[in-house]
Amino acid sequence: MLSFDSLIVRYGRAVALDGVSGRLAEGEWVGLIGPNGAGKTTLLNAIARLLPAAGEVTICGQRATDLSRRKLARLIAYVPQRPLLPPDMTVSDYVLLGRTAHVGYLRTETTADRRVCAAVIERLGLGPMAGRELRAMSGGELQRVVLARALAQEAPVLLLDEPTSALDLGRRMEALELIDEVRRERSLAVLSAIHDLTLAGQFASRLMLLADGRVAAGGRPADVLRDELLVPYFGPAVQVMTTEAGEIAVISRRLPAAGRSGSA
Amino acid sequence: MTATQPRQGQGQGQVQGSSPAAGAAPDSLRSPEPPDQPASAVLVRRIRPGPAVAVASAALIVAVLLGVAIGPAGLSVPQVFDALAVRLPWHPDLGVSALDTAIVWQIRLPRVMLGVLVGSMLGGGGAAYQGVFRNPLADPYLLGVAAGAGLGATFVIVSGANLALTPPVAFAGAVAAVALTYLLGASAGRGGASPSAGSATGSMLLAGIAVAAMLTALQTYLQEQHTQILAYVYAWILGGLSAATWSDVWLILPYVAVSAIALLAHRRLLDVLRVGEAEAATLGVNVARLRLAVVAAATLGVAAAVSVSGLIGFVGIIVPHAVRLTAGPSYRVLLPVSMIGGAAFVVLADIVARTAQAPAEVPIGVITALIGGPFFLFVLTSRRARQDF
Repeated sequence: MLSFDSLIVRYGRAVALDGVSGRLAEGEWVGLIGPNGAGKTTLLNAIARLLPAAGEVTICGQRATDLSRRKLARLIAYVPQRPLLPPDMTVSDYVLLGRTAHVGYLRTETTADRRVCAAVIERLGLGPMAGRELRAMSGGELQRVVLARALAQEAPVLLLDEPTSALDLGRRMEALELIDEVRRERSLAVLSAIHDLTLAGQFASRLMLLADGRVAAGGRPADVLRDELLVPYFGPAVQVMTTEAGEIAVISRRLPAAGRSGSA
Repeated sequence: MTATQPRQGQGQGQVQGSSPAAGAAPDSLRSPEPPDQPASAVLVRRIRPGPAVAVASAALIVAVLLGVAIGPAGLSVPQVFDALAVRLPWHPDLGVSALDTAIVWQIRLPRVMLGVLVGSMLGGGGAAYQGVFRNPLADPYLLGVAAGAGLGATFVIVSGANLALTPPVAFAGAVAAVALTYLLGASAGRGGASPSAGSATGSMLLAGIAVAAMLTALQTYLQEQHTQILAYVYAWILGGLSAATWSDVWLILPYVAVSAIALLAHRRLLDVLRVGEAEAATLGVNVARLRLAVVAAATLGVAAAVSVSGLIGFVGIIVPHAVRLTAGPSYRVLLPVSMIGGAAFVVLADIVARTAQAPAEVPIGVITALIGGPFFLFVLTSRRARQDF
């Protein structure tokens, strides 16, 4: 579905991405984890071709560099970490922007486009708010609105950059469950940067640990969320635990002053 | 409640959680369910510019009629309408004098029509530039149109050539200046690390400032070398429609028409750009191509307008913002209404320019700023302030 091979991105002299490779199958959710500055957002931007990157990205058998913006947008939908939300735009107008790649260059949306958006709005429980302006929405609602726009693109690949970082714990869980549901319904390949390691382990089928622009580890959550892999990058305060229900939780402990001085 | 009421006919409580007024919404206000969407309760409606366009068009028609009716010759309104009718293919014998016909058809009408064309380009060009550069302070002269046209006009005046050459040379100067800005800005923007961060837009605006400064310096130098022509140069730069003829109208009509059609064709894409260049790109927009197309179209029209009218300031920035505040920020509304509104505004300003101190004329740029400023402040304060753009 999506594969990327030896991606290299430089910001001036600094190397932000240093030969990162990976692949996602249909319906698979891969979580990108790693400390700040590891290159998670850069990787997503490189895949979405928002940055000049060396290496190759292939989606559904087509090289990304061979595709026009339109064609690329029909294959990849991207939810940025801090989307720009015109406050006076209504929810339905905003979701309709997701149809851009399906509308002819100088044409306007058809009834079919509108129907797709109406269905997505309904599916995400935004129906009663469809006519509301974005300024009147809460953070959790806005997260769903942005997801709705991405789903309206009807792309098989969904890139999410920290989709829940602005939400409280309860809303965060709801949002991820919703993403998981639509992923299954539509067999989406989801690649998401995600800060919260516990949530990453709960939702992603595979994890990719990025550090300093390289893949430090990859595999099933149980294989990646291990003290010896995480501590070198997140510091000695991080501790992996297994709950009674068998779920992996990653917590951070407060260390005595002596232990802190030795942190990376 | 009122703060979240949808505008532009996007639903009358159908998609709202609650009824618009306490139990008193008449049934006629509720839109019927369209037959093509029976299953879903959610209505994703079209943005309709219709009402705003109708209001602006009515204003334009009034402005045009006033523009033809008012003048120093002291014709009565019936006389003016008779004189207008005389040129129609079938008309009763109205006994209109040849002089009256000439005043209306050769002096007033071409001047009003030129005002319509010039105003539509300044209003529409301003809206388009604000959209494509995502900058509320953008005006149609942003990328050097004014400086280029001014240099061209000054050059013709200084060289002692036939003044009839002023429009084409000013047009060439304006287009060349924007082309230079565009090339410099685009190449500087490519050097940036991140094309997604809007660096191309930023460097283009900066290139525009540099090009305008250089060309203005050249123009100032030229005019200081020939102080005897200062009055001509200033008259041109301050702008005016006093020398308008039908040939001016026919000269710029093709450019204005092509520009208006091209700009209107991009209205939906300018709406997409409201979420930023990077997000627009992930939605499938080729931002560089969109920017080039809109800048080229706007430049063509604005340069043509400037070449015959000089530099009429203020219109391109004030009209789109007044429209935004009253009719909403969607470019599907903003572009057509700014064109029509800009035309009405320039025609009205020109009426004031030629009557305020008759028989002398006040430069129209002075009028646009003097009556436009208070008008805009009125709109700004009477509406809730919008932080967004």
